[in-house]
Amino acid sequence: MSQQNRIDGGQIDRTATLNFQFNERWMTAHPGDTLASALLANNVRLVGRSFKYHRPRGIFSAGSEEPNALVQLRKGAALEPNTRATTIEMFDGLYATSQNHRGSLERDILAVNDLLSPFLSAGFYYKTFMWPRAFWEKLYEPIIRAAAGLGRLSGQEDPDCYDKGFLHCDVLIIGAGAAGLAAALAAGRAGLKVILADEDFRMGGRLNAETFEVDGKDSASWALAALAELSAMANVRLMRRTTVYGAFDHGVYGALERMTDHLPDSGGKPRQVLWRIYSKRAILAGGATERSMAFGNNDRPGVMLAGAVRTYVNRFGVAPGRNVAVFTNNDDGLRTADDLRAKGINVTRVIDARKGDVVVNTTGRKGLHTVFLNGDRHVEADCLAVSGGWSPNVHLTCHHRGRPTWREDIAGFVPGGELPPGMAVAGAAAGTMTLAATLSQAHETAASIAADLGYSGATGAPPKADDETFATAPFWHVKESKHRAWVDLQNDVTTKDVTQSHREGFRSVEHLKRYTTLGMATDQGKTSNMLGLAVMADASGKTIPETGTTIFRPPYTPVPLGALAGRARGKNFRPTRLTPSHTWAAENGASFVETGAWMRAEWYARPGETGWRDSVDREVLATRQSVGICDVSTLGKIDIQGRDAAEFLNKVYANAFLKLPVGKVRYGLMLREDGTVYDDGTTARLGETHFVMTTTTANAVLVFRNLEFARQCLWPDLDVHLISTTDAWAQFSVAGPNSRALMQEIVDDLDLSNEAFPFMACTDCTVFGGTPARLFRISFSGELAYEIAVPARYGDAMIRAVMSVGKAFDLAPYGTEALGVMRIEKGHVAGNELNGQTDARMIGLQGMVSRKKDFIGAALLDRPEQVREDGLQLVGLRPVVTDVILTAGAHFLSPGDPEDMTHDQGWMTSVAYSPELGHSIGLGFLKRGAARHGENLRAYSPIRGQDIMVKVCSPHHLDPEGVRQRG
Amino acid sequence: MIINHPLLGPRDAAEFVYLGDANLINRPEGLGDNAEDAMYDHVYLRDNPAGIHRELWYHEQGDRSWLVVTRNTLTHEVTSVELARDVARSMGRSR
Repeated sequence: MSQQNRIDGGQIDRTATLNFQFNERWMTAHPGDTLASALLANNVRLVGRSFKYHRPRGIFSAGSEEPNALVQLRKGAALEPNTRATTIEMFDGLYATSQNHRGSLERDILAVNDLLSPFLSAGFYYKTFMWPRAFWEKLYEPIIRAAAGLGRLSGQEDPDCYDKGFLHCDVLIIGAGAAGLAAALAAGRAGLKVILADEDFRMGGRLNAETFEVDGKDSASWALAALAELSAMANVRLMRRTTVYGAFDHGVYGALERMTDHLPDSGGKPRQVLWRIYSKRAILAGGATERSMAFGNNDRPGVMLAGAVRTYVNRFGVAPGRNVAVFTNNDDGLRTADDLRAKGINVTRVIDARKGDVVVNTTGRKGLHTVFLNGDRHVEADCLAVSGGWSPNVHLTCHHRGRPTWREDIAGFVPGGELPPGMAVAGAAAGTMTLAATLSQAHETAASIAADLGYSGATGAPPKADDETFATAPFWHVKESKHRAWVDLQNDVTTKDVTQSHREGFRSVEHLKRYTTLGMATDQGKTSNMLGLAVMADASGKTIPETGTTIFRPPYTPVPLGALAGRARGKNFRPTRLTPSHTWAAENGASFVETGAWMRAEWYARPGETGWRDSVDREVLATRQSVGICDVSTLGKIDIQGRDAAEFLNKVYANAFLKLPVGKVRYGLMLREDGTVYDDGTTARLGETHFVMTTTTANAVLVFRNLEFARQCLWPDLDVHLISTTDAWAQFSVAGPNSRALMQEIVDDLDLSNEAFPFMACTDCTVFGGTPARLFRISFSGELAYEIAVPARYGDAMIRAVMSVGKAFDLAPYGTEALGVMRIEKGHVAGNELNGQTDARMIGLQGMVSRKKDFIGAALLDRPEQVREDGLQLVGLRPVVTDVILTAGAHFLSPGDPEDMTHDQGWMTSVAYSPELGHSIGLGFLKRGAARHGENLRAYSPIRGQDIMVKVCSPHHLDPEGVRQRG
Repeated sequence: MIINHPLLGPRDAAEFVYLGDANLINRPEGLGDNAEDAMYDHVYLRDNPAGIHRELWYHEQGDRSWLVVTRNTLTHEVTSVELARDVARSMGRSR
């Protein structure tokens, strides 16, 4: 029979029928159902197995606090484990399976754990698996890992996409129950910009679940009318299916909106949106969560919170049982019996702990059958509605370390200590447990915020209702019960675990949590923390406030990592920067390498080449024998202008810059304030007050930031301005003996003879008949070379035009690998050498560093480590047996010395194969290296298994006098 | 976090880069008898107070102003935001 537990009433749409599957069984439901209400309607009571003991579990609550009814939703790549059936909105074709069992749900093999429970109590892992030590990794851990956890991940990439969004408002109202709606009405009428957010798909909170009256209407109808009024206000944004999960600094709140989770398919739209909400004020109207009591076998399917029973009966039109018993310590329990009877459901007994009646045990193998009371009484029941009172939802008030305070009259913690600035709390979340008081408190709170923010619009009258009775007794734990009594259903923590924790000395709340795992499951103990605390207080003979409470951190409910990542996934994790010649390079066989965010051509493969070395060797030889071209646009470029520009450069570079003539380029060495080399590059003086600095690709952003710091904070009155122009210019290095002849055909009316445009000259010019350009005669390769820059938009045209003219010279494009080979051949330092530990002495540039001026790094040039006798110095290395390939990272040892750090002489920083020399070459740092050219050493690399002899030489493997670049 | 930029108004902290103690503005002279010791203190020694802290933030995704933000490190309350250039000048820095 279909939906045999469906009864009259409720806020579901009976005109439409939805089909869904649970554990491969097809069932029907209606729009407005949750998976939980639909399962109950179809008389499915057993929905999962517990975490540790694999006990049969059913639906316990009707909201996001659910500890038991966790299922795997959907299948394939979209599978989502540990989803609460109580919050899953029904859609046609929904597919869910139960989790955490081996074999079928009904016959779970791991249920044997329940028989072993005497050995599996708190601290079991710590005590049991200590010995023998070697067993942990090989035996214990794999078994525990295989048995642990709840659901299983799909192991596939998440097929959905997620978005992030930003919202601003005067007041954010969190929760759209009685308090939230009353507050939103007042704030909205007053004219405030309001956001009202609620985690449910139907706003109204308990108003939808109770049979109250507001303003003469039944409470659910009043909620609908209030929402209709709010929807008509342009200044109010209603956000259903939106959980405000955290209170952050300065009125910023995090919220997760589920956009398509209630649809069969996301249809390519974002599944969820992570909102950052900027609010002037916030009203927390998050309500309260009902808690259970601890009695024997209180975890059976059919044992349910009383408020949840009313929700299923009143909101969903579902009878959670046909013979229901009620166990309560407060008047809510009595109301549950009234609501059930009003729907014609048999109430077998009301057990009121305040009258001395208590439940000591329950039976029923896969669902509740009989409830046993004290005094040898028992009663048949397929559902037991339990109410142990209500705990205000103070979570968000703790996110700035606010500490809740105890209120005896409601037996619960209420917001206390320092709340997040701008946050007010209203309704049950504030400990206001009755309806009329909640409505008027929320109205007043909103009205006073409106007045504070200067809104004078009328807030209207507060909604009217009666206060129901709320008499509650602090009763927590049926001590005469001989059977295991659960405190935390999700992590399988019993009262015995809590008292054991006390006995073994883990008595502070924080220790209790960690020793027993109480409250540390995915529900964060929403229904269990108070109970655990009460049992601990009882064991220690203290009051609950003396025992203390834990505070909460974000998130209120779990936030998927996909939502936190948003669009920043895979290739979109960060932007990709393409060089101006990228398209051309891709067309011409380039493979690309990521350098920071940039994609740079690493080499250009040609037909017949069998590997990258063929291409790189060819590019190096072509450049050194005729001419090559390389896109160097990625180097940082900073335009520096102002009357004090030269003075400024003189303060940020270690070498002198005041007297650099217009039309000249100078190599600049930049230090950190601690004397370590920070960056290097060339700076060109294009005019009396105009310089262009280049930085390394990696440090472009950082150098600019530090120059701004120097300009604004250290020397604020210098007349100098900076603009980053890295992306503004397409810049190409043209290098090789034929580069002059080639460039002469490209530039307009410019004499490039060595006399007219010598090494380190620079000028503004035009190319190809009028295109503006800048020309620099600088060389990283050691060859006669130029760098030509054109506005970035001409970059693609430029490379095509230059390649066309260059055919006559066999012009070869070269990539970063050939660039690296040539700089190692030439002995130029790069990132491998400038690793944040290097000072000017180590790279032979101490002569460049000025001793006559103050500059960044001037004061700490002579620290003991920098001036030691046996300091490291840059050297060149060659293999003694020339066909051996050198290894970067190898350490140098004198022949005969043992392989240890005491005898370590330095290390190899960079290696390359030099096609011109015909063997492998390297650079490295060696103690007293400058004086040791000609010496033979061991290059020892235990990681690569290499132990070879190398000969120390000058770092300038080619053309040490620099004849080529000056030619 | 929100930083109330003196020129641009309230901006999200995500637009900024954090540096640290605003005392970094107070760079000692790099030449002179005591320069090494003074610079050593400047480079390596910082206060890390639990409470009010004056610190440097850089509006990298904005107008590239360096700011001095006075922030309570316990509550994140920001009590003042100044242009670092103004602070530097008020400390006697010039050129």
